[in-house]
Amino acid sequence: MRFRLTDDQKALRAGMRELLGRCFGREALRAAVDAPGRLDRALWRTLGEAGFFALRLPEADGGVGLGLPEAVLVFEEAGRALLPGPLVATHLAAASVPGAARGETVVAAVDGELVEWLDAAGAVRGDASGAVPLRSVDPLTPLHRVPAAGPPDPVAVLLTAAEQLGTAGRVCELAVQHARRREQFGRPIGSFQAVQHLCADLLVRAETARVAVYAAAVTADPADIAAARLLADEAAVQGARDCLQVHGGMGFTWEADVHLHLKRAWVRARRAGGSTQGAELLAAALAD
Amino acid sequence: MDLSCTPEEEEFRARLRDWLGKVLPTLPAQPSPDDWPGRRAYDLGWQRMLYDAGYADVHWDASPTRRLIYLEETEKAGAPYVGANFVGLLHAGPTIAAEGSAEQRARWLPPILRGEQVWCQGFSEPDAGSDLASLRTRARRDGDVYVVTGSKIWTSHAEVADWCELLVRTDPDAPRHRGITWLALPMDAEGVTVRPLRTLAGSAEFAEVFLDEVRVPVANRVGEENDGWRVTMVTLSFERGTAFVGEVVACRRVLTGLARTARDNGRWDDPALRRRLGRLDAEFRALWRLTQWNVSAAEESGGVPGVGGSVFKLRYSHARQELYDTAAEVLGPDCLDLDRPWVLDRLSSLSYTIAAGTSQIQRTIVAERILGLPRGR
Ligand SMILES: Cc1cc2nc3c(=O)[nH]c(=O)nc-3n(C[C@H](O)[C@H](O)[C@H](O)COP(=O)(O)OP(=O)(O)OC[C@H]3O[C@@H](n4cnc5c(N)ncnc54)[C@H](O)[C@@H]3O)c2cc1C
Repeated sequence: MRFRLTDDQKALRAGMRELLGRCFGREALRAAVDAPGRLDRALWRTLGEAGFFALRLPEADGGVGLGLPEAVLVFEEAGRALLPGPLVATHLAAASVPGAARGETVVAAVDGELVEWLDAAGAVRGDASGAVPLRSVDPLTPLHRVPAAGPPDPVAVLLTAAEQLGTAGRVCELAVQHARRREQFGRPIGSFQAVQHLCADLLVRAETARVAVYAAAVTADPADIAAARLLADEAAVQGARDCLQVHGGMGFTWEADVHLHLKRAWVRARRAGGSTQGAELLAAALAD
Repeated sequence: MDLSCTPEEEEFRARLRDWLGKVLPTLPAQPSPDDWPGRRAYDLGWQRMLYDAGYADVHWDASPTRRLIYLEETEKAGAPYVGANFVGLLHAGPTIAAEGSAEQRARWLPPILRGEQVWCQGFSEPDAGSDLASLRTRARRDGDVYVVTGSKIWTSHAEVADWCELLVRTDPDAPRHRGITWLALPMDAEGVTVRPLRTLAGSAEFAEVFLDEVRVPVANRVGEENDGWRVTMVTLSFERGTAFVGEVVACRRVLTGLARTARDNGRWDDPALRRRLGRLDAEFRALWRLTQWNVSAAEESGGVPGVGGSVFKLRYSHARQELYDTAAEVLGPDCLDLDRPWVLDRLSSLSYTIAAGTSQIQRTIVAERILGLPRGR
């Protein structure tokens, strides 16, 4: 047993972070917020060229030939960067929908009772008939409501957990950065224990979610995946809230990015396989 | 990332499982929780059996993966826990292995491994708990002995211990962290008095220890004089980093028991309770992964567990309390009956967010040492 990232995995993660920093930095993020509902197709194709969607397709089929652990690492980076779009749905459609692997076709999917990015999609997985638009709380994720859908796909559940993990790690960093910089009473607020302890809890939740998500990617076991999702949802949602608290009044502004992380975490938490379903799945296994 | 075991490790697992299957049915009945001499004899006896079978050092010398396999298999088989050997095997021994001289290692480690010595931890004092560096127990140098006077408190297993890892102040004029020394104190030395303290669970789990002009040879000092704080950090990193690991496996077994009980007594129909149990399962799965992660990280960086132990300790201590609070919900009114399973465990779980450094102290460690936030005052 050696439960650490390999050098190749570290390189993959660093490469993805670098790519997203270049193609979807803070300015691009805020520009996207100012133009809601528009998916940047050039960025989508760039992701396709980088192998984001074809990551798990065999090399013989033009894919990258990697596995779930690697997919989890790149989705974590996507989550960190708040990358918009139906990333999970398109990744999962790479083998079956023409153009999805290369990022030419945007694929939406019915997930739980919602569909993300329905109007931008060139293909839809699942039955989206009767979809009704709603005014999405997340400025970067247009949503439609649909009648309840079938059982969740474990890989979709896991990749969602990975995105949530990205948010959890990012909001911890943002809180710590702010706590170091912002001064009150003549000292950085990070020297106040009440603030230190909020930050410590942010880290503990993120790290607990991290090992759960990585291990589930290695075992691909449905119960491990359910557990990972449960902890990652909690780490993202509660983490974003605590990050907002550390930011004080500034955290409550549209200007600060904290609300974008929180809103996206809420959207992802509603996808199928979230905490209620996950807890029921684990409980049923326990009582067996 | 690799969670699999090598063929040699799988062979170790099979051999261990086989051995456990043979010896566990031959063990005498567990002594009652109040019978400390009985518990001492039982726990040392178990350690002796492990020694004879070649598993004695599994907590330290073996590969980390083998250690985890050992914990999984012994727990699954319902083997005894380290019990009174907790301090010796899980942190005093490892500290001596890491910081002691060759002579000291030869003197203390084999008897710990053979199940001949129980150790206790004399760190805390009435006025030095979280603020451990304010300890006042004084050691005056007199030739080749230290003359020690003071008192310790909450010393687990002191009643039945042979040795104590003792922190003393050797230089009262130095800055607080600089004047401390780590000594091995023989508990039968003249001037040592142990007064058992009753815990809220009713048993005399820990004790007060009074030290009156106790003469401790300088040869019993681990590390340099006045360098005891650094040695203490090594001890605490073992205590927080690895000492609770075996219990995580045990918690998942408790959880399964709770789920079955709830199914039998009808509480299972309550979705809130069911989900709480499912949530706890997620929690303990992740805590086991955190263990594997921390152990792999320690292996990578050469042995002593890092501050990641604080992350584990913090999360684990709260999860354990939540587990037994959930047990109370499953039990209903029986949760007030001390003869019911889990009720005593619920009481003892209350100590987990206090002992080995409180949750507040762990959070400060995480904030300052992992996240690099400015030091508080
Ligand atoms: C079951 C059990 C077994 C034990 N076994 C041993 C043993 O074998 N050997 C040994 O040496 N010790 C042992 N201890 C002692 C244990 O290490 C101390 O109880 C613990 O470190 C806390 O110290 P304290 O009790 O003095 O509490 P205090 O330090 O007085 O703390 C009281 C409260 O104040 C908070 N607090 C204190 N300082 C701060 C701060 N700077 N910031 C925020 N909050 C703070 C604490 O978190 C706590 O909530 C044991 C304790 C228990 C409960």
